[in-house]
Amino acid sequence: MTVGQAPLSAPLEVGFDYTRSLGPLLSEFATALAGRRLLGVRGSDGRVHVPPVEYDPVTAAPLSELVEVATAGTVRTWSWQAQPLAGQPLPHPFGWALIHLDGAGTAMLHAVDAGTPDRMRTGMRVRVRWSDTPGNGIRDIACFEPLDAPQAAVPAGPPAEPVTMITAPVHLTVLHTVSPGEDVHLRGLAEGRLIGQRCPVCHKVYVPSRGACPTCGVFTGENVELPDRGTVTTFCVVNVPFLGQRITPPYVAAYILLDGADIAFLHLVLGCRPDEVRMGMRVAAVWRPRAEWGTTTRNIDHFRPTGEPDAPYESYANHL
Amino acid sequence: MREIAVVGFAQARNVRRTPATTNGVEMLIPVFEEVLAATGLSKQDIGFWCSGSSDYLAGRAFSFVSAVDAIGAFPPIIESHVEMDGAWALYEAWVKIRTGEVDTALVYGFGKSSAGELRRVLALQLDPYLVAPLWPDPVALAGLQARLGIEAGLWTERDMAAVAARSRADATANPAAQLAGPVSVDELLARPYLADPLRAHDCAPISDGAAAVVLAATGRAQDITERPAWITGFEHRIESAALGARELTTSPSTVAAAKAAGADGIDVAELHAPFTHQEILLRQALGLGEEVRINPSGGALCGNPMFAAGLARIGEAARAVMAGTAGRALAHATSGPLLQQNLVCVLDGGQP
Repeated sequence: MTVGQAPLSAPLEVGFDYTRSLGPLLSEFATALAGRRLLGVRGSDGRVHVPPVEYDPVTAAPLSELVEVATAGTVRTWSWQAQPLAGQPLPHPFGWALIHLDGAGTAMLHAVDAGTPDRMRTGMRVRVRWSDTPGNGIRDIACFEPLDAPQAAVPAGPPAEPVTMITAPVHLTVLHTVSPGEDVHLRGLAEGRLIGQRCPVCHKVYVPSRGACPTCGVFTGENVELPDRGTVTTFCVVNVPFLGQRITPPYVAAYILLDGADIAFLHLVLGCRPDEVRMGMRVAAVWRPRAEWGTTTRNIDHFRPTGEPDAPYESYANHL
Repeated sequence: MREIAVVGFAQARNVRRTPATTNGVEMLIPVFEEVLAATGLSKQDIGFWCSGSSDYLAGRAFSFVSAVDAIGAFPPIIESHVEMDGAWALYEAWVKIRTGEVDTALVYGFGKSSAGELRRVLALQLDPYLVAPLWPDPVALAGLQARLGIEAGLWTERDMAAVAARSRADATANPAAQLAGPVSVDELLARPYLADPLRAHDCAPISDGAAAVVLAATGRAQDITERPAWITGFEHRIESAALGARELTTSPSTVAAAKAAGADGIDVAELHAPFTHQEILLRQALGLGEEVRINPSGGALCGNPMFAAGLARIGEAARAVMAGTAGRALAHATSGPLLQQNLVCVLDGGQP
């Protein structure tokens, strides 16, 4: 492993707004919520589960008997969220609580807008504060509030239609770090160099190197600088348009084996007609203007035919 | 039925942030080298490889496939993966050996918890319709459970701080531990709440790490080590996903798993408790008395790499048996919110 500066890293946003169909039981629950009512379901043992469960937690019997419960209840336990996280019910510090609604047999989890932790206690009475934008399931409950807090006017309007779907956005940020081998390669690219790594056991040269030899399971420490020319080992002609495509089809995506490398990588072959590209064709990198270079594979715009005689099949047969 | 033993264990040092990738390769290669060297086995001697990790944590699809680079999968290997703690991968490997298909297995777990915002990532293991849309974080949930026990008189904040102090003192002897060192209970109790009623010392740290355990069947195990840690019972059970429907001040699934696994006569227990009150809860549920040494490694409170910390409990318990400091040890692993799913593995130094 090369030890030096910290490997390159960059944040990646992973996000999707999931739409979740609710099924019959949870649709009734969500529809009632949009109409400012709370439903539970009677379990096999007679207790009322709020929010409803589709199958009994003990007997696994399907449940269907919905029961209306009160919109006020009692806190059974609580904890304090001093620094709320993205997506949580309230943007300022609040309490989490398991709340036993009047008429329910189980406690439900939600937020309590108590202001400070000294206003939270087990046994305190709370009521629902409704969201101004109903129709999204459990989030129709904005939060709970102490029963002695001044009550805002309940936003008006029964639901126009049954609620059968909710939208649940999931957005995460991950800091991605490249491996030591990738780091060497990407920093090399920023200088217009192609750097691979050699396995100390099987002596194969990987470019880009992921930092470990996938055949031997050891770190690939020795850097090897490679020329920016090589051989097309295999290729395909892209005829199908797709979202985000940079080049108008048809064009050629090819595996290119740099001279001195033991593994090919995928890149574009331009500068000739697609039907002229062939296995064994000799190609060279066409770099973008130096001012546009960064620590990225995009520094090479594409590969172009060099006009050299084709490489013999035996020279790349073991790299297909 | 053939008997199976743990014959080797190694782990990466638990750290707050590794500069490595989320696919675990940089942490795993040295761990594999260490455990193979200690057992005298080569890659080719391993009949089955099984791993535990999570794409949610890695922020990329099929991260466990990239992890196979650390093995060097040529000639081709037999491999499997669980999207769970490596303790459950160990269960799969144990079943695989019991079928007679293979005699040895190397099981590993890895997690780079620092890559994302762990408290938000873990909200996604909750019910996606009724609970996850609120983004409750694991520390907030644990606070609810801790207070239930405090108010029921099952434990106190002082008891909880004592667990943290004992764990950190024990961890001074564990080179892989992230947190270690002497600290007094009064000192800990003087610190502010992180999520009332929990203070920072009540919560496991955010850790990056990896662990590996080698299993071998009767015949092979005795060749590898003088004193294999024989698995005499191995069970796991799960509870409802509905938080309100669960008994949160005890752990019925742990009790059921321990009963089925024959967890009696235990000298040492390695309990996977990411929160101080959960260690007390598990001790009470399992009926582990003062005579049982709890978490001599320092436990998850001193290093909690996601998807490896449960496997490390089995490794640490086995290490105590192999070293002869325990005759019979219990290892526990947990998964899901508030000890929802629990695994118990009983290890014994006596000849099967």
